[in-house]
Amino acid sequence: MQILKTAAQLLIAGIICFSAYAGDTTGVQASKKIIPDADNGGLKLTQGFSAIVVAENLGRVRHIVVNSNGDLYAKLERLRDGKGIVRLRDTNGDGKADDSSKFGDFIGTGIAIKNGYLYASSNEDVYRYKLNDKNEVADAANPERIVKGLWNKKQHEAKAITLDDAGNLYVNIGAPSNCCQVKDRTKGSPGQDPCPILDSAGGIWQFKADKLDQSYAEGIRYATGLRNVVGLDWNSASNDLYVTQHGRDMLFQFYPEMFDVKEGAESPAEEMFRVKKGADCGWPYCYFDNGKQAKLLNPEYGGDRSKVDRCAGKEKSIVQFPGHIAPNDLLFYTGNQFPAKYKNGAFIAFHGSWNRSPEPQAGYFLVFVPFNSDGMPSGKWEIFADGFAGENINKAKYRPCGLAQGPDGSLYVSDDNNGKIWRITYPGK
Amino acid sequence: MRKIFVIAIVIISGLAWVPQEKKQTKPASQTQTKPKPQPAQQNTLAAAKQRGKTGYETYCLACHQPDGAGIPRMNPPLIKTTYVLGDKKKLIGIVLNGLSAGVEIDGETYSNPMPAQDFLKDQEIADLLTYVRNSFGNKASMVTVNDVKGVRAAKK
Repeated sequence: MQILKTAAQLLIAGIICFSAYAGDTTGVQASKKIIPDADNGGLKLTQGFSAIVVAENLGRVRHIVVNSNGDLYAKLERLRDGKGIVRLRDTNGDGKADDSSKFGDFIGTGIAIKNGYLYASSNEDVYRYKLNDKNEVADAANPERIVKGLWNKKQHEAKAITLDDAGNLYVNIGAPSNCCQVKDRTKGSPGQDPCPILDSAGGIWQFKADKLDQSYAEGIRYATGLRNVVGLDWNSASNDLYVTQHGRDMLFQFYPEMFDVKEGAESPAEEMFRVKKGADCGWPYCYFDNGKQAKLLNPEYGGDRSKVDRCAGKEKSIVQFPGHIAPNDLLFYTGNQFPAKYKNGAFIAFHGSWNRSPEPQAGYFLVFVPFNSDGMPSGKWEIFADGFAGENINKAKYRPCGLAQGPDGSLYVSDDNNGKIWRITYPGK
Repeated sequence: MRKIFVIAIVIISGLAWVPQEKKQTKPASQTQTKPKPQPAQQNTLAAAKQRGKTGYETYCLACHQPDGAGIPRMNPPLIKTTYVLGDKKKLIGIVLNGLSAGVEIDGETYSNPMPAQDFLKDQEIADLLTYVRNSFGNKASMVTVNDVKGVRAAKK
């Protein structure tokens, strides 16, 4: 059934591509191959891959999505010309966007396409736009509001979204806090126990994808104990939700007796979880110590770098990354363009760190994690694309923030510092 | 006085900029450039800045970074901003009271809240603010213990 569905989608995509190119009067061949940038847009890529800059200077591009007709939608964190969504199109097939329009009067991070709708989030709400028979946004001025009134307390306010195949929408509600202390980010202030934030944030909420004006009362707290998740994706192969958490800050600054500068830079791990309904991933009580390779009790709750305590019963992460490097998007690759090892594996865009100082900052790269057919990692994570930071890692030029897969299996990555978008291809094939 | 000030600046640029970059690889360089230990109460700009630098590294650097540039949209920069170079009372107030997330500074908002640093002594606050107002390319008047006392008293 899935094969039939995929085949049908490919056929439709093919027809759309064909009709799009057929209407092109610039004289460019429909079969024109994308010629990657000689310098791969400044990126250092895994052998065999190439990149082309699709667009730049778009503003603060957060998450992106590519429609089956190749149109790319980018969500902006700050309005440009009064608008918060940019639609980019490549009309001559050379890989560069040559046509754009803007709409939507709200800032935000999340954007996704599902079942004929474009979904986009502000920092409080989620909206959707119907796509018409030309596969374009039908009424850009009048989106439907699907979710409203979620917490926006300025810290960890991005409402990243994803949708499953059963009519549900998942929204991250980040905790407006570092570690749920009585006084946030204040040395010596104890952790609140229980943490009252968890009632309204610090987790993933599930809503109906097609019901208007839902809020907390209509939603389900699908997973809790997640400090802030900016990268999340529904894996259709394993039929589960996967999330990447931004771990807590300030271990060295608050607990120099337990962590030296280096240990504070390396811990806690940024973690990837496979979450089922009801999962509790442990924040704010627990953190993953990269030095001890264990999930331990946070010092705000009496932890001493060896006590496990209540953390024994919390959800275990399936991948751990170095501290503070900020996984900002997650994408399971389902395309056929890349070599077989990438199929159903996870790409993660790391926004880069700030809380590793005075150690050098880190991150600012794309990572790949291979997955097996059971939806579990089948190998170590590896850096797939690097070079976003430029010459000075402490003054990153570009910060990876969003990922999208094109209909031809290209991987797109966005930067929210300068608003640059790259398209990564595998010309080897 | 002016001459002393200029000499102080020269010494400070040596102290504040170079060793900060090379401190980890060449720990000896800092002691080399230090002429002699300053008495804690000495209130020349140079002495205050030297004391303030230590305070900055302990309490401020993690967020505002070694170069004072902060982190875009997260932790505000301390370089030539109205908050840092403007009204001293307001600046002292931020150290004593902290700052909420999402406050707009020179047209930009920052998402990390700043915790109150009211546990610091008046002298420590005066020194680290003097350091901040005279580092990273900033140049502004010193913050004195009396300045801090006044704001702290008004807070109570």
